[in-house]
Amino acid sequence: MSIQAIEDTKVKAFPAPAKPAEVIAFTAKVRRRFDPTAIAGKLASTLVPPAVVIIVMLVVWQVACSSPNASLPPPSQVWNEAYDLIAHPFFDYGPQDIGLAWRVLISLQRVAIGFGLAAIVGVALGALVGQSIWAMRGLDPVFQILRTVPPLAWLPLSLAAFRDSSPSAIFVIFITSIWPVIINTAVGVRNIPEDYRNVSRILRLNQLEFFVKIMVPAAAPYIFTGLRIGIGLSWLAIVAAEMLTGGVGIGFFIWDAWNSSRLPDIIVALAYIGVTGFCLDRLVAAAGAFVTRGTTAK
Amino acid sequence: MTAYLKLDHIDKSFARGGQVSEVLKDIRLTIDKGEFVSIIGHSGCGKSTLLNLIAGLTRVSAGAVLLEDKEVDSPGPERAVVFQNHSLLPWLTVYENINLAVSKVFGSTRTKAERHDWIMRNLDLVQMAHARDKRPAEISGGMKQRVGIARALAMEPKILLLDEPFGALDALTRAHLQDAVMDIHSRLGSTTIMITHDVDEAVLLSDRIVMMTNGPAATIGEVLAVPLARPRRRIELSSDRTFLRCREAVLKFLYERHRFVEAAE
Repeated sequence: MSIQAIEDTKVKAFPAPAKPAEVIAFTAKVRRRFDPTAIAGKLASTLVPPAVVIIVMLVVWQVACSSPNASLPPPSQVWNEAYDLIAHPFFDYGPQDIGLAWRVLISLQRVAIGFGLAAIVGVALGALVGQSIWAMRGLDPVFQILRTVPPLAWLPLSLAAFRDSSPSAIFVIFITSIWPVIINTAVGVRNIPEDYRNVSRILRLNQLEFFVKIMVPAAAPYIFTGLRIGIGLSWLAIVAAEMLTGGVGIGFFIWDAWNSSRLPDIIVALAYIGVTGFCLDRLVAAAGAFVTRGTTAK
Repeated sequence: MTAYLKLDHIDKSFARGGQVSEVLKDIRLTIDKGEFVSIIGHSGCGKSTLLNLIAGLTRVSAGAVLLEDKEVDSPGPERAVVFQNHSLLPWLTVYENINLAVSKVFGSTRTKAERHDWIMRNLDLVQMAHARDKRPAEISGGMKQRVGIARALAMEPKILLLDEPFGALDALTRAHLQDAVMDIHSRLGSTTIMITHDVDEAVLLSDRIVMMTNGPAATIGEVLAVPLARPRRRIELSSDRTFLRCREAVLKFLYERHRFVEAAE
């Protein structure tokens, strides 16, 4: 009797709690990943705080600028007067009357050319400075002086050299964004572990193979830090450069709106610039995270 | 008969800020083809410097390293090094790390399929074929070192140089890898030079043990032949007379005649 009873409990007790417990644990883990309420909760926790801050800012701004003799328009006036700019970013009514998204795209095109050139030349120069002690001794002091020159100070000189506004603006982008790329690349190259260099020496990699297969991937985290600073600076510079050179970019739009006293338009343009700059920064950061996956872990 | 590798009266000194420090002095050694030689000595005696000289990573100050009667003056894949900290490129997978070496060394002489087979053969040799698509960060220290050995072997070197290859590993992993190296050595007959500071490891693996005196101006103090038959099994050897005698000889050299003085600097 008693033996049987023990056997019975054994048979029942062992498989029953063990198996389902495991299964539950696994499904629970898997479910948590795709759980819509969890995702919604996460989204809410990242989106709600900034939304609250923005609403508070708008309310304060509305109250502060509501008096009839306020010098700046309140948000409600911006919404009413610049509604077509906010609602229709892609309208096209002729050469000078286009939506803000088009203007941003034109500015982005200039940034793409100027920053692209800066990235290529910057990585090459940075590699040279990081690799060769004599290149560093010769070039580094020059770079350190030139990089402190404000972007717009280059503009008159480049206008004189290129005799056209568009290449001048691109040059200003280039010269603004190249310094952080050079300096960060040089630091990254200088920090390549001696072992990696020894590996390449034993394999007898030539200069180009070493550059492509060892130097760029090893220095990639540094290079992308430089690129990220560079893209931010070039977006700062393009708006200022376009204000002075004219054309159809977002920078000139602000200057034009100021000359015709359309303050609400300026405010909408500022929002466009800010959002675009934010997106550019995130884009380069994401590209960096994608490219350097694996490199950071030793 | 000419030696396979000959270290001919090698001196090495480093100049630092006008001060010349002599690291190695009058190193003379000949190594035959297929031999397994360990170099043992206290830290700072210049054994790694000696390995770098053979690898060609640093140049001798005087004398010459001769491999098959040709002077070694630059690094190359015929003298492959397994580094102490594996030195795998972290952005490449295990397979790609070996492929980098194989496509550089055999890129012009072998087809792509042949190179692939060669990579997989070498991964099999160190039992790492299962991890071919993993990155170095995803595998253990012992596995990384196996891949490092596979990368060196894949270059088909005339001499395999091991720079304290098991120094950073725990005792069990170390024993596994020692067995793996012995197995590979018996199968391929590769001429091997290993730097180590582990007496048991030196006796277990080597045909000859080169004992270095303390620096500065270190030189070869003694060379001990290890007359143990291969294959060697560590458990049987632990009570073997010859093994114990060799072990004692090395220990005596290191701790009686050339005691390490900590405050030498």
